[in-house]
Amino acid sequence: MEFFQQLLNALSLGAIYALIALGFTMVYGVLRFINFAHSDVFMIGAVVGSLLGNHLPLGTWWGGLVCLLGAMAVCALLGVIIERVAYRPLRNSPRLNVLITAIGVSLLIEYLFQNEHVFGAAPRSFPAVFPSIVWQWQGLTLSSSQLIVIGVALVLVVALELIVYRTRIGTAMRAVSLNPRAAQLVGINPNVVVTFTFALGSALAGAGGVLYALNYQSVEPLMGVMPGLKAFVAAVLGGIGSIPGAALGGLLIGGIETFIGGSQFSTYKDAIAFALLILILLFRPTGLLGRRIPEKV
Amino acid sequence: MLSVTDLSVAYGAIQAVNGISFEIPRGAIVTLIGGNGAGKTTTLQTISGLIRPRAGSIRFNGEEITRLAPHEIVARGLCHVPEGRLVFANLSVAENLALGAYLQKDKAVIERTREHIFTLFPRLKERLKQAAGTLSGGEQQMLAIGRALMGQPTFLMLDEPSLGIAPRLVSTIFEKIVEINRVEGLTILLVEQNAHLALEVSSHAYVLETGQNKVSGPSAELRDDPRLKAAYLGG
Repeated sequence: MEFFQQLLNALSLGAIYALIALGFTMVYGVLRFINFAHSDVFMIGAVVGSLLGNHLPLGTWWGGLVCLLGAMAVCALLGVIIERVAYRPLRNSPRLNVLITAIGVSLLIEYLFQNEHVFGAAPRSFPAVFPSIVWQWQGLTLSSSQLIVIGVALVLVVALELIVYRTRIGTAMRAVSLNPRAAQLVGINPNVVVTFTFALGSALAGAGGVLYALNYQSVEPLMGVMPGLKAFVAAVLGGIGSIPGAALGGLLIGGIETFIGGSQFSTYKDAIAFALLILILLFRPTGLLGRRIPEKV
Repeated sequence: MLSVTDLSVAYGAIQAVNGISFEIPRGAIVTLIGGNGAGKTTTLQTISGLIRPRAGSIRFNGEEITRLAPHEIVARGLCHVPEGRLVFANLSVAENLALGAYLQKDKAVIERTREHIFTLFPRLKERLKQAAGTLSGGEQQMLAIGRALMGQPTFLMLDEPSLGIAPRLVSTIFEKIVEINRVEGLTILLVEQNAHLALEVSSHAYVLETGQNKVSGPSAELRDDPRLKAAYLGG
C-alpha cells in the first residue's frame, strides 16, 4: 500500500513537471533556445489563480475551473508579450544572447513580484477553489486535489497532442521545428507559429502553477524556480524538442523525487534530479525519446 | 515576369552579390550559371525573401516584392526549391506534399495537383508512406519539386537540382523540368553548376562570377562562347 500511495503522489507531482516541461520543449522545438522565464510564468499562473480564487466561491467545480482557465489565459497572453518584447528583436542574434535575455527576464519577473506593491516576498495561502474531498481506502489516501492535478494534466496533454498532430497550426509548428527555412518556403509564417507556441506553452505553465499551488496551498514569487529547473531536467531527460518525451520525463522526475523522498536518502532528492541531468548530458544528450538531428548536407 | 535590378547582397563585410540585373519573361526557362561562391544561391534566397538585400529591387508581375517575407512571396505564386532540397526528413512523402499545399484552401485543387505530381514522378506515389529522409537524393529532389508544385506556383526557382544525384536520375529530372515548363507554362529560374545541362534546357543564361554578371545572352549562343568554354564547359 505504501508503494501505491507513493505512486499516486509521484503521478501528481510528475504531472505538474510534465506540464511545465512541455512549454520548455515546445519553445526549444521552434526556436532552439531554453526560455528560462518559463518558470516565472508558472509562478504568475499561481498568483493569478490565487487572485481570481479570492473573488470566487470556494470549493466548487465551476469556481475551480474558472480559476484554472483564467490563469491559463493570462499566462498565454503574458508568454506572447514576453516573446514579442524580449525575444523577437533578437531572433537573428546568436542563441547565447537570447539565452542570457531569458535569464534576465526571469530575474526581472522574480524581483518585480517580490516588491511589496506588486505581490511581496512573503508566501500567501492559496484559496481552496476546488472542492476538497479525501478518500480513504485500505490505507490509501487519495485527495481530490491530487485527482484534479492528474486529471487536468491528462486532458491538457491529450489536447496538446491533438493540436500538434491534427491541426493546421500544429502541422506548421512541426514543420518549423523540423526545418525553419523549408517551412518558410512552403508559405508558413514563422512569427505566427512562434506566437502560438508561446501562448500554448505558457498556458500549460499557468495551469501547472495553479495545480501546484492547489497541492501545496501556498504562493510566493520564487515558487517557480525549483519546479522550473526540475521540469527543465525532465524535458532534457525525455529529449528536448520531443512532446511525448517531456511528458515522460516529467513523470519520471516526479517518480524519482517522490520515491527518493520517501526513502532513507530523502535529503538528496533534489541533488539526484540534477545529477541525472549531468548524466543524461554526458551519456545520452538526445534524451530518451529525442531524435538525433541529422546533419544537413 | 520577374525583374531584378541592381541587386546587391552582403553577409556582414562580405559582398556576395554585387549589382546584378536580369529579366525573366513569362514562360521562359532562364538559368544562372557560375562557379562556387559566384552568388547564385544567394540571389535565389534573396528573391524568395530568406535574405534581405543591401540594395536593389525585385519585381514580380510588376509588384515590388523586395521587402516581403518568404511566406508572402510564396502566396504570390513564386516558389523556391532550395539547394540541398530541404525536405522534412522525419515526415512522410505524403506529409511533405501536404505541407507544400499549406496556403491552398481548395481540397479538390490540392487533390488534383497531387495526382498530377504522381504522374510526373510515379516514384513518389510508391514511396508515399516512407519518411522523406530515407529517400535517395534523386527521389528527394523529385519530392522537393513536387512539394513546390503543391503551392500552385506560376514561377519556380530551382537551386542545383542535379547536385548529389545519380546521373541516370539527373536526366529524368531535367526532362520533367522542361515538361513542367512546356506543358504547364510555368516560368523557371534555374541555378545550376552543370553549365552544359543548364544551357541545353534554357533559352537565356546569365553567368555570375564573384557576385557580378559579366556575360549573358541566349543559351544557344553562350554554348559556343569561348569565354564560357574555358571556364565552365571544360574547353
